[in-house]
Amino acid sequence: MISMDTKTIDEAVELAKFEQKIANEEKIEPSDWMPEAYRKNVIRQMSQHAHSEIIGMQPEGNWITRAPTLRRKAVLLSKVQDEGGHGLYLYSATETLGITRSEMIEALQSRKAKYASIFNYPTLTWADIGAIGWLVDGAAIVNQISLQRTSYGPYARAMVRICKEESFHQRQGYEIMYELAHGTPVQKQMAQDAMNRFWWPSLMMFGPHDADSAHSGQSILWKVKRESNDFLRQKFIDQSVVQIEVLGLELPDPEIVWNEERGHYDSGPIDWDEFKRVINGGGPCNYQRIKHHKKAHQEGEWVREAVRAYRLKQQTKNVA
Amino acid sequence: MNQEHLAVYEVFVRSNRGLDHKHVGSLHAESPEHALMYARDCYIRRSEGVSIWVVESSNITASTESDVENFVEPMDDKPYRHATHYVLPEKVKNM
Ligand SMILES: [Fe+2]
Ligand SMILES: [Fe+2]
Repeated sequence: MISMDTKTIDEAVELAKFEQKIANEEKIEPSDWMPEAYRKNVIRQMSQHAHSEIIGMQPEGNWITRAPTLRRKAVLLSKVQDEGGHGLYLYSATETLGITRSEMIEALQSRKAKYASIFNYPTLTWADIGAIGWLVDGAAIVNQISLQRTSYGPYARAMVRICKEESFHQRQGYEIMYELAHGTPVQKQMAQDAMNRFWWPSLMMFGPHDADSAHSGQSILWKVKRESNDFLRQKFIDQSVVQIEVLGLELPDPEIVWNEERGHYDSGPIDWDEFKRVINGGGPCNYQRIKHHKKAHQEGEWVREAVRAYRLKQQTKNVA
Repeated sequence: MNQEHLAVYEVFVRSNRGLDHKHVGSLHAESPEHALMYARDCYIRRSEGVSIWVVESSNITASTESDVENFVEPMDDKPYRHATHYVLPEKVKNM
């Protein structure tokens, strides 16, 4: 009984310290005491983020061999390599919370863990590569900039590193869009079509409306998330409108109109049924994405095996 | 005591919560625990840090500076990895 009480008191003290750190805008570091629910919450968000970087390589990787010029091929390859690196930063940072890489991969492959639903849409034309770089990376940047201030130290530092690399991603996408939009009528139509298809899923990347968001409240209180879904979405819409105008394309949403009073653009309703359907496995490419991940993972097994064998050999050599 | 029998440790200090640990210098010590104490006494005597890492130098694998050209040169011909490589239309102020 006594030890129980001591434990409860210790925990209460630790909890108070933890909450004080959060209140003081201090970061939580891996060796700090943290509530189990905080640990779980951060693991969920970070691993989901890592999975998105990795699965996100598929729709773009799909066009590497078909990029229209050597320069475009080099640029796209380089971007996809960056995303692989982002996955690595984030998996490693998540591991500081006591979960292993294999556990995370297993959760992804068994669909227990989610990833950004936008990567369940196919890349049908070259313009889609432009739309993804510009809109999808653009939306990710808006989100990631706010996460540079997240309360979990390793996550915040990974975000700083990632944001530095992202701006090239968005610009190369916008460049593709700009050239298509100022090309032949067919090219312009291709750009318009790609934007129209990726616009709505990009808005969905910010997650449900604040009132309907399952994890948002606690995440905001713990400062894991720093801005609400709707706030970030609005920021993205506002910055995108002028970019669309420069492209000379038609707005993807006829209800977008400047609201003087709010100082923001108003926009039309998002199809949340589609969001739910896609995030829960019913999108056009969910099955393919996971299937491909499993295949690539399996085909890479011989490399991991070789690495383990090499390590063992080095160890026995050192002992001898 | 013969200094040569002591291991060299590299010292990394986190100056403030939330920041990366940064290399600040090195010292000799007889064990990692002692290295940590010496580092405290040497490197954060004026509260320069909130956390210290010590790593035995021999455990660090480093690139060699004389070979830096071969090591990083392949990056120099890839200007497209930089955001500034892409010129934005004037009306799009930043991205
Ligand atoms: Fe990324
Ligand atoms: Fe990116």
